Amino acid sequence: MPVEGATANSPLLTVSNLTKLFGSFAACNDINLQIDQGEIHALLGENGAGKSTLVKMLFGVLAPTAGEIVWQGRNVRIASPAAARKLGIGMVFQHFSLFEALTVAENIALSMDSNISLAKVAEEASRLSHAYGLPLDPKAHVADLSVGERQRIEIVRALLQNPRLIILDEPTSVLTPQEADRLFETLNKLKAEGRSVLYISHRLEEVQRICDRATVLRHGKVTGACDPRAETPASLARMMVGSDVAAVTAEGTSTKGDVQLEARHLSVSARTPFAVSLKNICLKVRAGEVLAIAGVAGNGQGELFDALSGEYPVADDAAVQIRQKPVGTRNINARRLMGAGFVPEERHGHAAVSAMPLSDNLVLARSRSDAKAFLGGGFLNIIRRDAVAAATKRISEAMDVRKSGEDPPAGSLSGGNLQKFIVGRELDRQPAVLVVNQPTWGVDAGAASRIRQALVDLAKAGSAVLVISQDLDEIFEVATEIAVISEGRLSDPYPARELSREKIGLLMGGMYGKTEGTGAVHAH
Amino acid sequence: MRIELEKRAKISTLFSILSPFIAFLLMIVFGGIMFALLGKNPVTALYSFFVEPLSEVWSLHELAIKAAPLILIAVGLSVCFRSNNWNIGAEGQFIMGAIAGSILPVVFYDWQSPLVLPLMMLMGMLGGALFAAIPAFLKAHMNTNEILTSLMLVYVAQLFLDWLVRGPWRNPGGMNFPETRTFAANAILPEMIASGRTHWGFAFAIIAAILVWFMMRYTLKGFEISVLGQSERAGRFAGFSSRRMIWFSMLLSGALAGLAGISEVSGAIQQLRPVISPGYGFTAIIVAFLGRLNPLGIIAAGLVLALTYLGGEAAQLSLGVSDKVTRVFQGLLLFFVLSCDTLIHYRIRLVWYRFTASDLDGSR
Repeated sequence: MPVEGATANSPLLTVSNLTKLFGSFAACNDINLQIDQGEIHALLGENGAGKSTLVKMLFGVLAPTAGEIVWQGRNVRIASPAAARKLGIGMVFQHFSLFEALTVAENIALSMDSNISLAKVAEEASRLSHAYGLPLDPKAHVADLSVGERQRIEIVRALLQNPRLIILDEPTSVLTPQEADRLFETLNKLKAEGRSVLYISHRLEEVQRICDRATVLRHGKVTGACDPRAETPASLARMMVGSDVAAVTAEGTSTKGDVQLEARHLSVSARTPFAVSLKNICLKVRAGEVLAIAGVAGNGQGELFDALSGEYPVADDAAVQIRQKPVGTRNINARRLMGAGFVPEERHGHAAVSAMPLSDNLVLARSRSDAKAFLGGGFLNIIRRDAVAAATKRISEAMDVRKSGEDPPAGSLSGGNLQKFIVGRELDRQPAVLVVNQPTWGVDAGAASRIRQALVDLAKAGSAVLVISQDLDEIFEVATEIAVISEGRLSDPYPARELSREKIGLLMGGMYGKTEGTGAVHAH
Repeated sequence: MRIELEKRAKISTLFSILSPFIAFLLMIVFGGIMFALLGKNPVTALYSFFVEPLSEVWSLHELAIKAAPLILIAVGLSVCFRSNNWNIGAEGQFIMGAIAGSILPVVFYDWQSPLVLPLMMLMGMLGGALFAAIPAFLKAHMNTNEILTSLMLVYVAQLFLDWLVRGPWRNPGGMNFPETRTFAANAILPEMIASGRTHWGFAFAIIAAILVWFMMRYTLKGFEISVLGQSERAGRFAGFSSRRMIWFSMLLSGALAGLAGISEVSGAIQQLRPVISPGYGFTAIIVAFLGRLNPLGIIAAGLVLALTYLGGEAAQLSLGVSDKVTRVFQGLLLFFVLSCDTLIHYRIRLVWYRFTASDLDGSR
């Protein structure tokens, strides 16, 4: 699709032929982009498309290798974030930089360039937060605030600089649907004032809902500029990934079998001061079923995964059951030998070792469960490289893992391709039980659809699948049953067809459904 | 102008091979400057430091004798370092191995048997391993930093040896010198080759290096070591225990350091003295890194560092400079090795930066 011409009023920001090279790798290649006054402009792209690099150049974190940035008609070189702020560019990062022990006002004051009194900062901050519908108590300690509230601090902090352009990097990835709605209202207010917003996301639905124009990046290049409302999610996804994204088909799920994975009154106290303790979690996953656990990040998902996988065994043997045998005290490999497979959330340094080749990362998960195939030499346990290489090839082909070379380091693969490999590594064993934490976190649309389809297919083939996810779209695509985790407590499960997004949003906020009469829907 | 470090897309194979050589070259250059500042002709000084010791058969034997403990210890340390356990106390484990191995020839000196020598070696390994078990226990069960505990235990071992040779183990017929009795013939590690003094300790070093290389390259244990060293969390996911790895790596490196200690005492010194090591346990850390933590590379690196010991002795004789020069060269080498490793992951670029009118616009 051709790049649209300039609109009538003069553009706020024009980027022409912007390029950033890291060595010989072009993270951004000849980027052209134009943001008008008072528009919400989406920057769409899969992981590794160059969105972050582009934004970092606009905010003065990285210096471009070539190209021009024109701000309000003047050619500028943005040498630092401070220079960007002076020009009128504000940014809200995906990962917040806040001191938990300080109050909201103190955190805001820290980022101010000049010496303004704390009282004045607090006053200004609360005025702004009310004006834009971002309620904040300046005296509250950050440690006590929810993720959504912390994001508001970052937004207010950016607004205090009176910016013309606000850049938001994946702002809704940490929010509940209700919190996201609130954020969208704020963005519309900013737009009404004539400010512009550069909105980075890979969530097509959101982009269609709030953005006026969209620029799509793929492999560091602009592949399209369009009005997202005139597009369909499928056509946007096509621009993002370069091919059609297959819709996941969950129909025709087979009848449910025996309980294959069960937690019985699983309670785990927090291992670290920052961890969440699990409180009396009960769940059952039957063969042929996909149970999805929804919830906002940091409500015990990681801890639940650790307990179910056996990376951190629990004291009560009966609290976790795999194929109706107690395994609570057994370690992860014992559970794998009973037919379970596990996919953790974090790819780098947990599911895979980035510097090691894919074949080694295959051995990582399957050295015990596939000892017969992969190890030789008796007690020496010599790794059989030929068998491992053949299995690596098989998995890469089955999951369409695109890689440079035969056996590249895991870290050189894009997030989506590495995740396909990590999921494929488990599917290759045909596990009777699969526990997946955030299966498509930070993964491009094409890979995400493939992974979700694979999970659905595995359940159809008679396995029990447990998916822990923050992504409601994903949950509705794959789940037959849905439960919600909040502050380490798990709600009752509901059949996916009977649950609305609003209801999930309420459960995420800790409003349990037990008293609402729907608790007995699932016959456990 | 500013210097930019630009991360490479891929680890540079070229520089991972070249880096130790560049480091060695830089050490020579800066060593030459140091000699010039001391008022010596840098060329002749460097010649007598690095070349002369290689020109005679007897000094090549000395090289092997000095390289043996360095290689043995460094091979053990490579396993520790690869698994992210920072055993800095090999010097102490070396000494405790030497003491434990010397129990037979010093206390039970009149027991004559072909079993004496093998038992000495085993007890040496046991002594080193048990001494390394202290920081291992403290790290695995008390979460104590092993760098501090293992280092502090070095001084314990040194003072314990000092007390032994001045006190209970002093040679009754030794004119009150702080030494144990000299070992009987059956407690002395024999020479390997007829042409000189090189003893079987050198063979132990080569065998240990090859065995550990095989383990790291081909076996699941080696894989476990690399995984836990790079990511404890991924290791846990694989079902490997980082606590057991602390024990494994510390005991292995302790045992090898202990074997080095008893080999040195039995093969080269043939008695215990207040000081039995010119800092082999610390120098081996440099050897391990110069050899890229690869046991085969460590053999080569051990020979290079052994040369700095010989060179120091030679320079003392022919140039009249302090043997502290050895330490300076070793320090330079470690410094350059670690800094040259930057080249493997980064490309260095000089960026010439000029102010233009648009800069001023942008900052206004």
